[in-house]
Amino acid sequence: MSDPVTATPDARYEGFATVTDTGPRGMITIRGEGETLVKAAKAAGVDLPDTRAVTAKGGVQLAWMSPDELLVICDYPEAPAIAAKVEKALGKDHSLVAVVSDVRQVFRVEGANADEVLRKVTPANIDALAPGEMRRTRLAQAAGAIWMPEADVYEVMCFRSVGRYMFDLLSGAARPGSELGL
Amino acid sequence: MSHRIDDAGRLIDRSKPLRFSFDGKPHTGYAGDTLASALLGAGVTMVGRSFKYHRPRGIVASGVEEPNALVNLGSGNKLEPNQRATTTELFDNLEARSQNVWPSLAFDIGVVNQAIARFLPAGFYYKTFMFPRAAWKHLFEPFIRQSAGLGKAPDAEGRDEDTYEHSYHHTDVLVIGGGVAGLTAAKAAAAGGAKVMVLEQEAHWGGRTPVEGGEIDGMASEAWIAAAVEDLAGMDNVTLRTRTMGAGVYDHGYALGYERVSDHTPGDGRPRHRLWRIRAKQIVTATGALERPLSFPGNDVPGVMLASAVRDYAVNYGVAAGRRTLVVTNNDDGYLTALVLKNLGLDVVGVVDARATATGANAERARKAGIKLMMGKAVAGVKGKRVVTGAIITDLSGKGASTDVECDAIAMSGGWSPVVHLWSHCGGKLNWDDGEAMFRPDPDRPPSGAAGEAFVVTAGAASGFLSLEKGLADAHEAGRTAAKAAGGKLTRKAAPKAAEEERQPIKPVWIMPTEAGVEKRMKMWLDYQNDVKVSDVQLAAREGYQSVEHTKRYTTLGMATDQGKLSNINGLAVLSDALGQPIPQTGTTTFRPPYTPISMSAITGEARGELFQPLRRTPMHHIHEECGVNWEPVGHWRRGYAYPRAGETVHEAVNREILNTRENVGMLDASTLGKIIVKGPDAGKFMNMLYTNVMSTLGVGKCRYGLMCSENGFLSDDGVVVRLAEDSWLCHTTTGGADRIHSHMEDWLQCEWWDWKVYTANVTEQWAQIGVAGPKARAVIEALGGMDVSKDAMPFMTYQEGELAGMPARLFRISFTGELSYEIAVPAHRGAEMWEAVAKAGEPHGIQPYGTEAMHIMRAEKGFIMIGDETDGTVIPQDLGLDWAISKKKEDFLGKRAQERSFMASPDRWKLVGLRTLDGAVIPDGAYAVGDGTNANGQRNVIGRVTSTYYSPTLRKGIAMGLVHNGPDRMGEVIDFATLDGTGTVIKAEICDTCFYDKEGAKADV
Repeated sequence: MSDPVTATPDARYEGFATVTDTGPRGMITIRGEGETLVKAAKAAGVDLPDTRAVTAKGGVQLAWMSPDELLVICDYPEAPAIAAKVEKALGKDHSLVAVVSDVRQVFRVEGANADEVLRKVTPANIDALAPGEMRRTRLAQAAGAIWMPEADVYEVMCFRSVGRYMFDLLSGAARPGSELGL
Repeated sequence: MSHRIDDAGRLIDRSKPLRFSFDGKPHTGYAGDTLASALLGAGVTMVGRSFKYHRPRGIVASGVEEPNALVNLGSGNKLEPNQRATTTELFDNLEARSQNVWPSLAFDIGVVNQAIARFLPAGFYYKTFMFPRAAWKHLFEPFIRQSAGLGKAPDAEGRDEDTYEHSYHHTDVLVIGGGVAGLTAAKAAAAGGAKVMVLEQEAHWGGRTPVEGGEIDGMASEAWIAAAVEDLAGMDNVTLRTRTMGAGVYDHGYALGYERVSDHTPGDGRPRHRLWRIRAKQIVTATGALERPLSFPGNDVPGVMLASAVRDYAVNYGVAAGRRTLVVTNNDDGYLTALVLKNLGLDVVGVVDARATATGANAERARKAGIKLMMGKAVAGVKGKRVVTGAIITDLSGKGASTDVECDAIAMSGGWSPVVHLWSHCGGKLNWDDGEAMFRPDPDRPPSGAAGEAFVVTAGAASGFLSLEKGLADAHEAGRTAAKAAGGKLTRKAAPKAAEEERQPIKPVWIMPTEAGVEKRMKMWLDYQNDVKVSDVQLAAREGYQSVEHTKRYTTLGMATDQGKLSNINGLAVLSDALGQPIPQTGTTTFRPPYTPISMSAITGEARGELFQPLRRTPMHHIHEECGVNWEPVGHWRRGYAYPRAGETVHEAVNREILNTRENVGMLDASTLGKIIVKGPDAGKFMNMLYTNVMSTLGVGKCRYGLMCSENGFLSDDGVVVRLAEDSWLCHTTTGGADRIHSHMEDWLQCEWWDWKVYTANVTEQWAQIGVAGPKARAVIEALGGMDVSKDAMPFMTYQEGELAGMPARLFRISFTGELSYEIAVPAHRGAEMWEAVAKAGEPHGIQPYGTEAMHIMRAEKGFIMIGDETDGTVIPQDLGLDWAISKKKEDFLGKRAQERSFMASPDRWKLVGLRTLDGAVIPDGAYAVGDGTNANGQRNVIGRVTSTYYSPTLRKGIAMGLVHNGPDRMGEVIDFATLDGTGTVIKAEICDTCFYDKEGAKADV
């Protein structure tokens, strides 16, 4: 038996910034409203994020996706257990909990000029992005989300089917010699 | 003749000579040169020929306004036509060729056009090439294409080797222009705390001020500029970009910057161009002003240049336009040129001034320097053909005695036009200033944002303030107010100061001499690039053209690649005069972005080659690729159309795949099919509204085929629905329908049934799905191991969840081929692993992958419909005989009411039937069934059309389905299908049942 793999297993590009496929990540979509989401966050063990925010605790991140949708991001093998825990906590509350770990994949863009890689491909205001925010936007022609797990590090999430496109796009934008020099 | 001079050239580095070639001839220039200054420095005065008359043309200007010096730059994959020599920085081994010349620049055959110039007036093409109609295509157009055209088109098979990219930028204040006005505005805005970006189109800061001289805050202008740039560069809230032109201003503070990153350092690995996509709260256009030519006879002879350009070449590059220069002007600035040349030790023949007296400070200096002033005079003619050899000087009116002077260069100044382009792009309005003879921005009618607020402000010469002291004050104020409007503060710092100079008003002279006859007016060029003369515009006026926009298109004035930067104002002034109306009444043509042409590649950015479009790949994509798949694009996905083996055609592969599936077992990558979860207490109710049949009664673990219609009743999507749990359903959609149907569901839930308790989730990409079909399908699944898939444990149209081959899996027993068939769904990250496992488990059973074409044919053999084949947005389920899937019991579903309308229920609707050709031939795709007689348009009446048609390898003949008038009532009848081969032959087909294979369904019931 082999392990689950993303569309770009072990992909890594070292330009003026480094682009890496972070491997399969556990993800859970939670839909619900008001108190239901409060309960869900509690069950996941992470603070409920504000609008457009992402919170984290003990290796689990919780991202605001829309007024009635959250996304848990965790280790790949943990997702089914966390989903079960959340489902149990929500009980009869009207909600939808689905493990979606294979829907998306996550790239890490890091290095002193990592921001420049993103400035080239997304209309989102990278200056306004800070750790704690998740920005859902587009990267060139593909939908995606960007957040900063720590300073100078960006994580970019996209659909698995465009994983190769996203890696090629980010790598191209990180090509040495193409620094913006801002 | 133009030449290099000593002791001048602030922008060049004489210690770094660079080699370049023009029309194959080697020359040398210096680092810091433009191609134009290098050519002039090398004594090349003639650089091209004009578009229409092929007249010899030289360099006129020193910047973006240059109309003549366009060259083919580079060769092979690096060839780029229409490159402006004045904005091309010189680099080593630059290769340039002149344009619009044949066979050579010196001897050009097109020059005969000049001899017949009398017969090529304004609107010539419109007047001449009207009749006969056929002559246009076969005679006139080929001739014009041959004789016209500017640069050489690159080879169609060539590929641009460079890279390009975009960069998004967000700022409070965007300052366009890095001259002293732009720098002043930037400093004021930055001092107010705003985030500022400054764009300068050239490689250096300060614009033309260092050439014009003058002091700012008691410093030489060059020193002040250096200090200002250093200040700004040191500020965290300021971004400075050179070689970046502000190309356009658009709604909502959006602006485009065009950066020429490595045009001057080709091959260094950097991107060639970068397109800046900027969002600014406020935009300051400090775009300066452009000098206007004077319209005197022969003003296009090489050696006639803008006076400001003559100064620029001398001061910036140490290049003199000639050895004996005549200056002709109608304003104070022409004198500056005379002074600059005199100071450099060059011979100045004199200054011809249209004004009767000269009282300005510059004129006074010229007089003191001993330069000859010729007041109230005009240039009435230019001697020389390929280069100026002299000029004829008369009174301004052109009457009276004339004097000949010898000269090899003429520097002309017709006054200045503020660069209002970027102000105007988004609706900024202009006022005509009679005193300065210019259109200048009206600050009271600016481009406005969503709330009606101004978002563009002009600064310096772009506002119409031509003197240094007034320009700086205006720019400072522009920067202050922009910062404030963008949320910053009004700085209390003072504006930079410059001494006030005595300026004498300009005398507008639109035609020189003012009373020139028609012979002379035919030699006064307005638009150099498109060969439009004063006489052409006057002719257009006589022929009834009043609108400046119409005149522009009729005469082609301002329509060339320079977009009339030199010709616009002069042309509309001539038009106004011809129409006997004031200039503001004539108005200007529309200013549209980009300011100067930008490369298509910059617009494309990274979107080429592999990144042209995001390709959606299934988890098994690479495996298909490895076995030589023939791809079919389905939306952004690629699906395997067929898997040809060595020596096999695609058609042969399709047939093999079908036969193998029917006889043994086949496997299909079905991952692209949409998968949407619908969950909640009201999910059953919602499902019943979405689908035409009843979904709420479906048992848990069961599957049901369903149809979805739009509210207009038309069939929109289909697929198998699975009841996952008491309150949740899984809807399979078509590949193309995944996102569309999910949006459709959310639309109804969010906008109409917002109080229903239903959530949806699009989990299409969560699952890799593999279809396993064929008599040996069960054996393959059993070999994978992990689930009981016997007939009793897992009947047709059921579903179970568990493990297969050690992987978490969902298994559906559904069939689109008519065979015993399963679909395995595993998490996408394990899709490739499962594909390999199925291939291995199926090996002993002869498993082969099959593609979408085999799938299409097998479903057609079974008479199953395909969304997009049998449907086209005008077909309702009843047309397809799918009444069994339309609930009669349900009170409502989307499309129900529409389907009850009279024309939807009409018995005359075409309905789906099978079609069996009498001779086994395949009916062409999309063929129409023809009936008797013709319609009102004389076309053959039609009674139906083919929707799916294939060669069936199973039945060894052509099969088809089609929509036919009263089709189901005409079983056994033979109808005719038209062919498109032009012979009028028809294919005869018998109407039959849609199901061609295993009607009773025995194959799947095992």
